[in-house]
Amino acid sequence: MTAGLYLDGVSVTFDGFRALNNLSLIVEPGELRAVIGPNGAGKTTMMDVITGKTRPGSGILRFGERDLTRMDEAAIANLGIGRKFQKPTVFDALSVFENLELALKAPRGPIACLRWLLTGAARTHIEQIMAEIGLAERAHDLAGLLSHGQRQWLEIGMLLMQDPQLLLVDEPVAGMTDHETEQTAALLVGIAGQRSVVVVEHDLEFVKALGSRVTVLHEGSVLSEGSITHVQNDPRVVEVYLGR
Amino acid sequence: MNRRTVLLLAIAVLAALPLLNQLPQDHPLHVSDFLVSIIGKWICYAILALALDLAWGYAGILSLGHGAFFALGGYAIGMHLMRLIGPRGVYGHPILPDFMVFLGYTELPWYWLGFDWFAFAFLMALIVPGLLAAIVGYLAFRSRITGVYFSIITQALTYALMLAFFRNDMGFGGNNGFTDFKELLGMPLNSGTTRALLFYASLVSLILVFLLCSALTRTKYGRVLTAIRDAESRVRFLGYDVTRHKLFVFVLSAMIAGLAGALYVPQVGIINPGEFSPGNSIEAVVWVAFGGRGTLVGAVLGAFSVNALKTWLTSVAPDLWLIVLGCLFIAVPLLLPKGLVGLARGRGVKP
Repeated sequence: MTAGLYLDGVSVTFDGFRALNNLSLIVEPGELRAVIGPNGAGKTTMMDVITGKTRPGSGILRFGERDLTRMDEAAIANLGIGRKFQKPTVFDALSVFENLELALKAPRGPIACLRWLLTGAARTHIEQIMAEIGLAERAHDLAGLLSHGQRQWLEIGMLLMQDPQLLLVDEPVAGMTDHETEQTAALLVGIAGQRSVVVVEHDLEFVKALGSRVTVLHEGSVLSEGSITHVQNDPRVVEVYLGR
Repeated sequence: MNRRTVLLLAIAVLAALPLLNQLPQDHPLHVSDFLVSIIGKWICYAILALALDLAWGYAGILSLGHGAFFALGGYAIGMHLMRLIGPRGVYGHPILPDFMVFLGYTELPWYWLGFDWFAFAFLMALIVPGLLAAIVGYLAFRSRITGVYFSIITQALTYALMLAFFRNDMGFGGNNGFTDFKELLGMPLNSGTTRALLFYASLVSLILVFLLCSALTRTKYGRVLTAIRDAESRVRFLGYDVTRHKLFVFVLSAMIAGLAGALYVPQVGIINPGEFSPGNSIEAVVWVAFGGRGTLVGAVLGAFSVNALKTWLTSVAPDLWLIVLGCLFIAVPLLLPKGLVGLARGRGVKP
């Protein structure tokens, strides 16, 4: 069962600055959605609100039937909302395999982790994901030794291990080579369908490659929404973003 | 020689010391009482170093108050040793220890009840430090107090406890603490056999604690701790309750420190509030840093080598020790970020 994401009239204020201003957004179950907008448009704050890092000042925030405003980060993560940060934060002192093993869906308490034994099914699952993100050959290398692009994929892999229903991906291709960017687009398109994916990105070529619906944020609320062609031809979008 | 051989050899050498002590004085292999007793102390310090390394080296929780858990363990066993003195004190009171008679106590305070049983006192040496760590850890980790702020809180904790234990009306002997112990488990503390047994008890404890920590850090829990050390908020987003995980390791670490203190006090024959002094906790951090934090061998090696240096320096140039300690505190992070173990491993990447 996949749930949809529903934001209605969400506002967040930092010291008088409205980072989100009456933001409303609906992401259908299984949808791939790109979110673009100039710096300071509220993209990262939106991610923070959905994952429980920041509490909204007002508004409705639901995932399926669940009210996210009442849950903390760990509870939201366990609900099936995974987030990939802008800066890849994989665990450098652990191997690729161990990074994915930590992300695997399993009881998360200290005692459960002490007693944890890697089952054949878990190993197969980890190996599948390693193949999907193209890191099967690096299984036992420390994550600290991976290239920038590979670290980003490893982090996406860690999100996939948790079998998420909604994946939030923050600027996945920043700093990637063109070849890595193409591979990342293909990876994300493949991931959507069984799960919803929200991608925040600056790179328009990459957003075109995703071929999804696009939401343009500006000053904390939605400026325009539709296909990439629709959005690119919207005069308001051209004015605040594309025209510059 | 591989690592295992070196470790077994080191254990064999340590285990031989009390036996060599039994040889006649003029025998070339005779080991002095002094050396046996001081190495017995270092073994307890090595257990404390392992406790600290588990929290700091693996989970990134830099406690500058582990000396407090060590001292609490020592006080718990010290209370038992005081109860065993019985009517043999200077004042000859059948129940009350000397300092209570001196301070005008008429009966044993309630929190002294039960300490006449060894098993109870030994359990308390683990439970009291664990409980204190649970309270402090819960309040700090729940509020997400990390890094240097947590270090300062733990440093203040041990200082506050030192001031509290200095007070006579705390019922723990105030300034003088506990001393003049007679026996433990029916064995007189001044006999060579008892000293050898205490030495072996400490050595066996060190080995068991080492094996426990080694097993723990190899589980997925150990990898969660490493992950928390390197990127705490990332672990939280993976759905782990970081507070519970940190609390678990911090309490376990405090209990191991308490065990070290409980083994230490019967060997040195005294416990007083000076054991809570902030400097002791900082010294323990230097041992771990010098040996190599995040490696168990490093923690043990650091405890032995820094204490050997301390013993040597305080006998040849007593004024220099604190200066050298300060220099180590500064130089080790700059020049030896991975400690002696890092030095031995050269520039290898895999820790």
